[in-house]
Amino acid sequence: MTNGKPLLQVHHLKKYFPIRSGLFSRVSSWVKAVDDVSLEIQEGTTFGLVGESGCGKTTVGRTILRLMEPTEGTALFEGENLFQLDARQLRQTRRRMQIIFQDPYSSLNPRMTVGSLIGEPLRVHGLAKGVALDTHVRRLLDRVGLRPEHQSRYPHEFSGGQRQRIGIARALALNPKFIVCDEAVSALDVSIQAQILNLLGDLQQEFHLSYLFISHDLNVVQYLADHIAVMYLGKLMEVAPATALFENPKHPYTQALLSANPIPDPSAQRERMLLSGDVPSPLNPPAGCRFHTRCPEVMDICKTQDPPLIHISPPQNRHQVWCHLYS
Amino acid sequence: MSARTTKQTDESAENDLPPLETPWEEFLHVFKKDRLAITGAVVLGLLVLAAISGKTFTEWIVLFDPEVVRLPDKFLPPLSSPSSEVIPEQDLPLLGIYLMGTDELGRDVFARMLQGSFVSLSIGFIAVGISVIIGVMLGGFAGYYGNLKLGIITIDTLIMRFTDVMLCFPTFFLILTVVALLPPSIYNIMIVIGLTSWMGTTRFVRAEFLTLREQDYVVAGKALGLPESRIIFRHMVPNAIAPVLVSATIGVATAILTESGLSFLGFGVQPPYATWGNILADGKGFIFDAPWLFFIPGLAILVVVLAFNLVGEGLREALNPKLRGR
Repeated sequence: MTNGKPLLQVHHLKKYFPIRSGLFSRVSSWVKAVDDVSLEIQEGTTFGLVGESGCGKTTVGRTILRLMEPTEGTALFEGENLFQLDARQLRQTRRRMQIIFQDPYSSLNPRMTVGSLIGEPLRVHGLAKGVALDTHVRRLLDRVGLRPEHQSRYPHEFSGGQRQRIGIARALALNPKFIVCDEAVSALDVSIQAQILNLLGDLQQEFHLSYLFISHDLNVVQYLADHIAVMYLGKLMEVAPATALFENPKHPYTQALLSANPIPDPSAQRERMLLSGDVPSPLNPPAGCRFHTRCPEVMDICKTQDPPLIHISPPQNRHQVWCHLYS
Repeated sequence: MSARTTKQTDESAENDLPPLETPWEEFLHVFKKDRLAITGAVVLGLLVLAAISGKTFTEWIVLFDPEVVRLPDKFLPPLSSPSSEVIPEQDLPLLGIYLMGTDELGRDVFARMLQGSFVSLSIGFIAVGISVIIGVMLGGFAGYYGNLKLGIITIDTLIMRFTDVMLCFPTFFLILTVVALLPPSIYNIMIVIGLTSWMGTTRFVRAEFLTLREQDYVVAGKALGLPESRIIFRHMVPNAIAPVLVSATIGVATAILTESGLSFLGFGVQPPYATWGNILADGKGFIFDAPWLFFIPGLAILVVVLAFNLVGEGLREALNPKLRGR
């Protein structure tokens, strides 16, 4: 499934948001939305990023695309560090990486026709114009399962699933290698979710795309992802190949997440692992392991020391976990 | 249940949407249902017609001369005929009657009102044009580049505090002060009214831009590598302009009122140019002898301001989906 060539390597990514207060807007504290996240995405594969809302998944995706400026870290995309590009280089690099949004209702400009929405990036980057532009747009529409005559319509005339298809066509227009799917199917009905997921899968095959698939829905991620990372309060908890993560979760948080995931079989019995309490505020995260306040297997060391990165054997499996249980 | 089924059939037969209305058709559809707004629009249409014909027939092809003084015919009530035996033939009003009477110098009030309609309307539009341009620029700048630092304060703070300072001045007295220092020509008045009425628009546009900046389609534009100017003018301005348009229509009414007020106080457009404000001002001395001198321009101002407000209100409802069907 993997050909082993890394397309994107993110190292020690941090994104802190300042909290300002007082008369002179002094920075009084920081929200550590993403705190030291490293991940590696292979060419042509899907990397799933899961976690509860507010854990920093979206921030990871958006900082990688430089839609937000990172506080620290590096992101090597085909060998160049995305975080050091100047505005002109960034514009060129943006052609190779795109984003698909969660909400298909706010991701399309309501005052532009579908044709001009999809054609805009092509025109702006000088890739096509006139008849060539028109055929290109038609081909894209056709590829995502819409009809060519839809290009003169406005976004509000489409249903959610169709709008998401338009968003996908727009992301594909520049022929990118890497797409961040930011909760791309979360706002859709389950039946439509399946259609869109299949479409994303087909497009991956056809254009040799890599996805960073951000979601809170484990089933969706399981369906599509080759690798999965689990995030909690801005930190990674566990990174593993999809099968290993689902069959043999190591981190207590991952175990709890998986046990909360419904199985489509009413007779199946499973021991639920219920977490108590709420997610602590990222403004004032717990010391040591961030999960220790809710962890069923909490030890004394968890409350004071950051858990180290543990490689679960065999190492070629690339199963990593950040937990004192395994040190 | 049925809603859900419809949605699903809709989705499976994805490609067979019925042709729907374009946003423009939808807007017309909603606007047409609003009778008051339509009335307002018709009145404004007539006003524009009056203004254009006023300019044409009092200055270029002189059918009505607002400046002819006919002392024997002073203070004639509306619809009275001129005393043709004493008035030279070239000074007789068109149609042979004074439609709206005459003033203390025997000038034809109808001709003066026509001339004034052009002055009032152009002051309204140009003043609002100036204020909208300033408002959109400053508001857009504060909203989009607000986070940039200029020394110790952000651009946003700088612009918005300046706006607050401007709002603190009682506009009318500010205008009076400025007009007292400048020669009171029509152009100065347009500019001064424009320069003192942009604050509302600025706040509007800034608020809209702050919201729009976080919208996914603007972020998408950034991700697609679109130039900033294109994001601002193609994606943000068209989506922020609706409330500006509405406040502009109401702004025209305010500008006309302000000009009338200035003229009434004698600081506005100077004679011999007639504006509704100075006709009203001249008439106030004769309110018991010649009430039409007072009521005709007063009523005209009332109707026009009302019409602008009704149209503005109608636009607001037609352009904002949330207010529709109330």
